[in-house]
Amino acid sequence: MDAILLQILNGLDKGSAYALIALGLTLIFGTLGVVNFAHGALFMIGSFCAVTLQKILNISSITIDETQKDFLGNPLKVKTPYVEAWFGEVTGQAIINWSVPLAILFAIPIMLLVGFVMERGLIKHFYKRPHADQILVTFGLAIVLQEIIKAMYGANPIPTPAPDVFRGSLDFGVLLGFDPNAVIYPYWRLIYFAFSTVVIAAVFSFLQFTTFGMVVRAGMADRETVGLLGINIDKRFTFMFGVAAAVAGLAGVMYTPINSPNYHMGMDFLVLSFVVVVVGGMGSLPGAVLAGFMLGILESFASMNEIKSIIPGIDQIIIYLVAIVILMTRPRGLMGRKGVMEE
Amino acid sequence: MLGLNKKDSKFLLIVIALTVCTPILLQPFPEGSGLAQFNAGYPDLMQRFAIYGIFAIGFNILFGLTGYLSFGHAAFLGVGSYSVVWMYKLLDYNVIWGLPLAIITSGLFALAIGYVSLRRSGIYFSILTLAFAQMSFNVAYSVLTPLTNGETGLQVYTSDKQILLGANEPNSPHLFGLVMNQSAKLNVGDWVFTFNIGYYFCAVIAILAFYLSLRIFRSPFGLMLKAVKCNQQRMNYTGLNSRPYTLAAFVISGMYAGLAGGLLASMDPLAGAERMQWTASGEVVLMTILGGTGTLMGPVLGAGFIKYFENIFSKINETVLHSWFSWLPDGMEDAIVWVLHFFVGKGWHLTLGMLFMLIVIFLPGGLVDGASRIREWYKNRKGGGAASSETSTTPAE
Repeated sequence: MDAILLQILNGLDKGSAYALIALGLTLIFGTLGVVNFAHGALFMIGSFCAVTLQKILNISSITIDETQKDFLGNPLKVKTPYVEAWFGEVTGQAIINWSVPLAILFAIPIMLLVGFVMERGLIKHFYKRPHADQILVTFGLAIVLQEIIKAMYGANPIPTPAPDVFRGSLDFGVLLGFDPNAVIYPYWRLIYFAFSTVVIAAVFSFLQFTTFGMVVRAGMADRETVGLLGINIDKRFTFMFGVAAAVAGLAGVMYTPINSPNYHMGMDFLVLSFVVVVVGGMGSLPGAVLAGFMLGILESFASMNEIKSIIPGIDQIIIYLVAIVILMTRPRGLMGRKGVMEE
Repeated sequence: MLGLNKKDSKFLLIVIALTVCTPILLQPFPEGSGLAQFNAGYPDLMQRFAIYGIFAIGFNILFGLTGYLSFGHAAFLGVGSYSVVWMYKLLDYNVIWGLPLAIITSGLFALAIGYVSLRRSGIYFSILTLAFAQMSFNVAYSVLTPLTNGETGLQVYTSDKQILLGANEPNSPHLFGLVMNQSAKLNVGDWVFTFNIGYYFCAVIAILAFYLSLRIFRSPFGLMLKAVKCNQQRMNYTGLNSRPYTLAAFVISGMYAGLAGGLLASMDPLAGAERMQWTASGEVVLMTILGGTGTLMGPVLGAGFIKYFENIFSKINETVLHSWFSWLPDGMEDAIVWVLHFFVGKGWHLTLGMLFMLIVIFLPGGLVDGASRIREWYKNRKGGGAASSETSTTPAE
C-alpha cells in the first residue's frame, strides 16, 4: 500500500511538468492551430530565467580585506553581493536564497514577451501553411533557441537550489498512519505539484470565468464567426500564445531545483509532452492535464522493481507504448473533441 | 538507357561523373595554402557525403513523394548499423554478409512500425514514428544491452568467434580483401588527392540507390505516391486503397536508412544507440528540406551541404577568425570576431538552425528550388531585357 502511494507521489511532480507543458501546447494548438515544436525550448528558457535571476542576485562587489589572508598569503578578497549591501545581510541572503520562487515574478513578463515576439514575428506567417511546415520551422526555432542558451550559459547543467526551508523531505507516510520512513517525499516536489495545480486552475478559471476567456473559447470553437462579430480574435490569440509560453516558462522555473537546467532539457521534455498531448486529445485542455498526470504516474509505477522484474525495460517505453495503444484504438485521444485533427 | 528517357539518362550520367570525380572536385585548394581548410576531399568526409546522401534519398521517397513526415527514421539507421556489426562479430569482417542483412532487418522493422504508424496521417504520424524511434532508442540503451552493448556501443572484440575469419584476412571491414580504409594518394603539384576504397564502395551503392529512386520517381508507383501527397482523400474516394502504397514507400525508405546505417558501420566498425536518437532523425529531415523536398538531387545536396559545413564550420575557431579579419582596425576586428564566434566552431548548430529556419520561411523548395528560381530570373532578365529597357526610365546622366 505504502509502495503504491509512494509511486503515485513520485509520478506527480513529473506529471505536473508534463501537464503544464502539454497545457501550453494544447492552448496554442487549440487557438492558433499551430503545432509548436519550440515549446520545449520555452520550458528551457523559463528555467534559465531562474538561473539568470540567481546570477543577477549574486553579482558582488569585491573588497580587499587587508586583515585576513587567503591560503596563498595574499590579502583576502571578500565578495559581498550588492543585494546584501543594499538590503542588509539578513534580508539580502534571504532574497538570494529565495531566488527560484522570486524568479516566477521575473519570468512571467519575460515569457509573455518571448511568446508575443515569437507569435507576431514568426508563427503568424505560418497559419496558412501546412502542419509539416509549422513543425519544421518551430523545430528550427527550437534548435536556434537551444544553441543561443548554450552559447550564453555553457553546456553544463547549472545547479539552482531551492530555498533552504524546502530542502528536506516530508515523512508523508506518518500522516496517514504508515511506518516512519516508509513514504518520504521532498518538500520541493510537493510544492511543485501544488504550484502546478494552482497554475492549471488559474488558466482554467481565466478561460472559464472572464469575458476575455469566453471570447477565446468561442474563438477556439469557431474562429470565423467570432471574427465576423467584430472581435479582433487574432489579438486575443496572440495573448493566449504569450500565456502558453508563460505557463511553460513557469513550469521550467519551478523545475530547476528538481533537475539542474541544461540547454537540452527542453528537447527531452518536448518529445514526451507531445505524446502527452496526443494521448489527451489534440485541442482538449482537460485532456492534456489528465494525460500529463496519468503518464507521469504510470511512468513511476513502471519503474518499480517489482514490475521491472516481470517486464524488463518497461519503464523506458511505457509512455510511448500507451501513446501507441491509445492512438490505435482512440485516435481522438482520451478527451479529444470530435472533428479536431482526427486525421 | 536502363529504362530511362534521354533527359534522365543524361542526368544520371552527370551524377555518376560527379560522384567519381568527387575526390578531385572537393580538393580545389593546394595543400598548405590558407584556403586548404576548406578542402573536403578526405576519405571520412566523402564517405559521409555518400552515406548520408543515401539516407536522405530514402527519406525523400517517403516525405518528398507522399508528404508523410517521419521523425523516426534514425531507428532504421541504428538497426542497420547493429546488424552489420553483428555480422562482423559472428562471421568475419567482410561487409558482404552484413549489408544485405541490414537491409532486410531494417525493412522488417520498417514494415512493423509502418503498419501501425500509417493508420494515422499528419501530425499523428510524425508523433507515432517519433514515439517508436524513441522507444527503440531507450530499449537499445537499456534492456537490449546483450544485443546492443548499451552505452558503450557495439564493437568487435578479439574474443568474438568470427567463424569465417581466414588466416591472413584484413582486420578491419573489407569487401573480399578490398580494405575500406585503404586509400591511394595522388600528388599533382601542390595538390594531394585521396582516392579511398571505402568512399568508392559507398559511391557505387549511392549511385545504385540514386538510380533506384529515379526509377521510383518516374514509375506509376511513384505517381501514385505523388497523388497521395496531393490529395489522399480524393484518392480514397475513387475506391483505391492507398495504404499499401504508402506502406511500400515507408518500407523502401526504411531499407535505404538501414543500408546507410550498415554503410556507416562498414566504414567504422562501431554501432551506438545514439545513432537512433531523435536528433539523428531530425538531421535527415533538415537535410531533405534544405536540399529540396521531392526533388531528386535535393536531398543529396542537402546531405552534402550539412556534412560539409558541419566539418568546416566546426574547425573554424577564434584564432582563425582573427587571422581573417586582421586587416580591420583593432576594435572592429574584435567586434566582428566576437559576433562571428557564436556561429562557428561549437556554435555551428546555431548557424544550421538559422539557415534551416530561413529556408523553411523563404524557400520551402530548398536549395534546388532556389537554384531554379535564380535561373528563371536570369533567363527572364536576359529574354525580357530588350523589352524592359524601353519601358523603364533611365536615370539622367
